[in-house]
Amino acid sequence: MVKVDGSGGDSSLIQVRDLDKKYRRGGEEIHVLQGLNLDVSQGEFVAFMGPSGSGKTTLLNLLGGLDVPTRGSITVAGDEITHMSASKLTDWRARHVGFIFQMYNLIPVLTAYQNVELPLLLTKLSKSERRAHVEAALSIVGLADRMDHFPRQLSGGQEQRVTIARAVVSDPTFLLCDEPTGDLDRKSADEVMTLIEELVARHHKTVLMVTHDPLVASRAQTILHLEKGVLVEGGKSPQVVTAGGAS
Amino acid sequence: MRFTRIIWANLLRKKVRLLLTIGSFAIALLLFSFLGVVRGAFLLNSDIASASRLIVINRTSIINLIPLSHADKIRRIPGVATVTHYNWFGGIYQEEKNVFPQFVIDPENQRQVYPELVVPEDQWQAFLKDRQGAISGAKTAERFHWKIGDRIPIKTSLYGGGSWEFNLVGIYHGKRPQDDETQFWFQWDNFEERIPQPIKGQIGWIILRVNNPDDAPRIAKAIDDEFANSPNETKTETESTWVANWVKQFGNIQFLIVTIGSVVFFTLLLVTGNTMAISVRERTSELAVFKAIGYSDLFILFFVLAESLAIALIGGVCGMLLAKLIIPAMAKNLINLLPNLRLTTATLVYGLITAILVGILSGLLPGLSAMRLRVVNALRRV
Repeated sequence: MVKVDGSGGDSSLIQVRDLDKKYRRGGEEIHVLQGLNLDVSQGEFVAFMGPSGSGKTTLLNLLGGLDVPTRGSITVAGDEITHMSASKLTDWRARHVGFIFQMYNLIPVLTAYQNVELPLLLTKLSKSERRAHVEAALSIVGLADRMDHFPRQLSGGQEQRVTIARAVVSDPTFLLCDEPTGDLDRKSADEVMTLIEELVARHHKTVLMVTHDPLVASRAQTILHLEKGVLVEGGKSPQVVTAGGAS
Repeated sequence: MRFTRIIWANLLRKKVRLLLTIGSFAIALLLFSFLGVVRGAFLLNSDIASASRLIVINRTSIINLIPLSHADKIRRIPGVATVTHYNWFGGIYQEEKNVFPQFVIDPENQRQVYPELVVPEDQWQAFLKDRQGAISGAKTAERFHWKIGDRIPIKTSLYGGGSWEFNLVGIYHGKRPQDDETQFWFQWDNFEERIPQPIKGQIGWIILRVNNPDDAPRIAKAIDDEFANSPNETKTETESTWVANWVKQFGNIQFLIVTIGSVVFFTLLLVTGNTMAISVRERTSELAVFKAIGYSDLFILFFVLAESLAIALIGGVCGMLLAKLIIPAMAKNLINLLPNLRLTTATLVYGLITAILVGILSGLLPGLSAMRLRVVNALRRV
C-alpha cells in the first residue's frame, strides 16, 4: 500500500518522513523537496510524475542513497540510510538497490554478460555461481543468446534489458528506474515496461520509477505526482495524472 | 583476479592512445637506461680503482713527463710494494676513427701492479722475448678482428711520428666484467729505443702498489715530499681520486645525467598523467555507474591506479627490452669513448622501479579526482 501522508506503519518496506532537500545554485537556494512523506510496501510498483525540475530524480537519488537529504529520514527494510557514512551507504546500495537509468549506462567495453556480472564481483560468489546468476538474469530479460555481445552490438531496447538484468542480478530489495523508456521507441518501451511488470508480478520486486510519459506511468500500480516538492496521489489513470499537471 | 578483465577492457578501449602512451614510456625508459649506463660507465672507473694503487704524475699536468729515475726513488720509500710506469702513445690504427688507448708499459712489474688484467703465461713469455711484441685487450682485438701473430701498424704524430709496427703476441682479459679490455700494450725498451733524444728516459706516470691501503695517504705525501722543489715535482693520488679527477675533466657528468634523467622522469609523468586524466574524464558517467551499483571510492582509485600501473609496467618492460637490444650495439660503437658501457641488472631494476613510480604518481591525481566524483553530478553529464 502506498501512502504519502506519513500514516504508513512500520510494515512498509520504504518509509520517507519529512524529507527536505535544498540546493544552492549560484546565490539562490532552491527548495526541491519539502517535508515529503512516503510509504511503499514490498512488491509495489510506483510511478513518479511531475514537470521538469519538480524533484523526481532528486527523490530517486535520495531513495537510492546517491544523495543525502537536507532534513528528514529514509528507512528501507529497517535500515535508516540518511545517517549512514558514505562507505556504508555504498555497501548498502550494493545489497539493496538496483538502478535502471534512462541512458542505459552500460560499460561499452564489457559484454552484456560482463556488464551484468559487475555487481556480483563485489560478492563472495564463486565464478560458477556468478555465471549461474548472470545467465538467470539474462534469461529473465530474454537475452541469454546475446550475452557475448557488446552494448554497441545491441539495440536500445536490448541495452535497456541488459541494464535491467544488471539491476536484478544481485536480487536487490528494490529497483529504481529513472526514465527507463525515455530513450526508446514505443515498441521497445512497451517491451521494457512488460519486463518491469513481470519483475513485480512474478518476482515480487518493488519498483519506483520516474517518468514523463503518462502511458508508461499507467503501467505502474500507483502514480504519484510531485508538485512543488510535495507528493500528491495521482491515481491509476493517465488522464488523472495529466490533469494533475504532468507534462 | 576477478577485476583483471575490467582493467584490461578499459586499457584497450583506445588502442592507438594506449600504444602511443606505452611507446612514449618505452622510449623514455630506454633513454633513462642509457643515461644510467653512461653514468655507470663513468662511475665504474672509480669503483674498480684499487685502494692499494697510487698514481704519480707531474705536478704541472699529466701531459708533462717525469724522469724514469723517479720510479727508482719511489721504490725505496717504505711501504711501497711494486712500481711500474706508463706512457701514453696516442696512435691510430689504419683510420682516424680507430682510436683506442695504447700504453708503453714496463713489462717487469706490470702484472704485479695490475693482477686483474690477465695474460696467459705462454703469451706473456712471448711478449717478453719479442721487443716488437704487443698485447691487446680482448675487446680491442675483437673490434679489429686481430689474432695472435698479426702484424699491427699504429700511426702516431707524437714521438717523431710515423707508423710503428708491432707483433701481436698476446691478448689479455679482465678478471671482472667491468675491467677495461681496450688497452694495447707494448714494451718500454722498444719505445725508449725509437723516441727522439730529448724525451728519452721520460715516463708519463707511475703506478705503484702499496703493502697496506691504510698507508696510502702517508706514502703519497712521502713521494710528493721526495720531489718537492725539484724540476719535476709530483702529484700523487690514490687511483680512485685520480680516476674521479679524470672524469671531472668532462664536466659534472653526474649532475648532467641526473638533470636529463629528471627531465625525462617529469615529462613522462606529465604525459602519462595527462593520458590518465583524459581517460578518466571520458569515463565520468561509467565511473558514476560503478559507484552507484556499489563500488567504493577505493575501488575506483584502484581501477585508475591499476590502469596507469599496467601502462607503466608494459611500457617499462618494452623500454627495458629495447635497452637490452640497443645498448649493447651502442656500446660497441662507443667503445673508444666509454669502454665500460654495460647494461647491468641494477640499471634494469632501477628502470622498472622508475616505471612503477611514474605509473603510481601519474594515476594518483586522476584516481583521486575519480574517487571524489559525486554520482549524482556525474550521471547528469551523460
